[in-house]
Amino acid sequence: MTEPVFSVNHLNVSYGGNLALKDVCLDIHPREITAIIGPSGCGKSTFIRCLNRMNDLVPGAQVEGQVMYHGEDIYGADIDPVTVRRRIGMVFQRPNPFPKSIYDNVAFGPRINGFKGDLDELVERSLRRAALWDEVKNKMRKSALALSGGQQQRLCIARAIAVEPDVILMDEPASALDPIATVRIEDLMQELKQEYSIVIVTHNMQQAARVSDKTAFLYTEVDEESMSRWGILVEYGPTGGIFTKPLDKRTEDYVSGRFG
Amino acid sequence: MRAPAQSNDARPLSLSALARGRGFGRTLDRVFGWTTAVSGSLVLVILAFMVLTTTNTALPVFTSEGISFVTGTEWLPSRGVYGILPFIYGTLVTSTIAVVIAVPISVGVSLYLTELAPSWMKGPIAYAVDLLAAVPSVVYGLWGVFVLLPLFLQPAAEALSSVFGFLPIFKGPATGLSYFGAGVVLAIMIIPIISALAREVFKAVPADDRLAAYALGATRWEMIREAVIPRSRPGLVGATMLGLGRALGETIAVALLVGSSTKISASIVQPGYSMAAIIANQFQEADEQGIRALVGIGVVLFAITILINMAARLFVWRLVAER
Repeated sequence: MTEPVFSVNHLNVSYGGNLALKDVCLDIHPREITAIIGPSGCGKSTFIRCLNRMNDLVPGAQVEGQVMYHGEDIYGADIDPVTVRRRIGMVFQRPNPFPKSIYDNVAFGPRINGFKGDLDELVERSLRRAALWDEVKNKMRKSALALSGGQQQRLCIARAIAVEPDVILMDEPASALDPIATVRIEDLMQELKQEYSIVIVTHNMQQAARVSDKTAFLYTEVDEESMSRWGILVEYGPTGGIFTKPLDKRTEDYVSGRFG
Repeated sequence: MRAPAQSNDARPLSLSALARGRGFGRTLDRVFGWTTAVSGSLVLVILAFMVLTTTNTALPVFTSEGISFVTGTEWLPSRGVYGILPFIYGTLVTSTIAVVIAVPISVGVSLYLTELAPSWMKGPIAYAVDLLAAVPSVVYGLWGVFVLLPLFLQPAAEALSSVFGFLPIFKGPATGLSYFGAGVVLAIMIIPIISALAREVFKAVPADDRLAAYALGATRWEMIREAVIPRSRPGLVGATMLGLGRALGETIAVALLVGSSTKISASIVQPGYSMAAIIANQFQEADEQGIRALVGIGVVLFAITILINMAARLFVWRLVAER
């Protein structure tokens, strides 16, 4: 058994006093794809944003519990969120390249991190790893916004890789893409997991079943009296098990498409 | 089995019948269209009328002075010599000083308000900045002369001159009633305009861009420098141009502070004049030819404003096209 990359212990998240995620505990292992699935509003995005402290940017967000990253609590008092994000990359739902050239998009992270080396080589390597190099090698100075949606998303992956992170978080990376572009992203994830640990949020169960090694099912719990709702982790385990022999009735209902 | 043919009365209303039923709404629509068209063209009519009449009034001076109206450096109405270069120069210099001071401050104010300020401070500061825009310019002018001049403009002009006096543009003897003094007060006057626009420009930067920068490990400053500012550049140029436009045409505050010297001075800490200021100051005692010359200054000022605006538009187009 390898050391986990993340060890999340009793994680509670609230926004302006309203609980959004309750008592989540799970370990995320290296060089695996971990999928977070669940119905809308169950806290999937909230969860993944805790892993690189993006929730710090939301006014009123409060995080309790531990998120151990290689044995170090990223919410520890002496931890700088900027450093955390340099180790843990993120790809968003909508492709969001900067209005700069393709080259400058990929070079963004290395530049702000004071990269001292062959930047051209790093940009090429990142684009190759993101399976985009052949399509853009002759237009590196062209605007990234001229690329198609799928290419933009792969550019965003290349941009995240260029910082040489150790984890890549993907928040529904293919939900704004067409089926062909989606397949390319999924293939790419299989390549990337040779070197990186990947956590992907998806509301597409087939996608989770296709790409991931482990799956976590989050579900919304409702307090009937106050009508407040929050997300809980229902079940977590190898993807095959979650989809074929779920232990929990709610997981079974969800993966068999009975609700959600 | 085939479905039975539909009976006639179950058919939907024909298109012409639908249109008939809405006669009143359609008339209103036409009236509305005409009203807006008239308002729109009225602006063009007024503008054309102004350009034609002012040019016509100034025509005798234009023809008698020729090109030396704009290139001449001598303004001697008593001898019928009308060279307005010192005023063109003064307008450009005071406005440039104003923009150079106002743009960085406005960008700073707007960035603070959109990116950094705690939310309880945003409202009051934004309100205060907007309020600055509502102060009449004569108040700025008087405040400049009676408060800012002894308190800041005079000492600052002297300090600039004593430190950088070896440069022609800061050569003494320095006075606060100068291009510099007028430029500083103009800067204060255009800060609210530029910063109000810059604030909107910064707010319009997509949240996605900010998140992308943060997720790559950018600090707040790096996020602003790399994600917010580049997106905002065309908008900032536009904001600057609006401020510049106000500075070019500002009259009373400049008239009170510019020092009223009809001679060109290379030094910004020495007195000069601006186009709008000389019109305001000399209109009352000018003879007929003098009035024509002053109107001519107005025509030239108008032309300069148009030229600068066109240049700015070209510049913004280039910036946007580069993306």
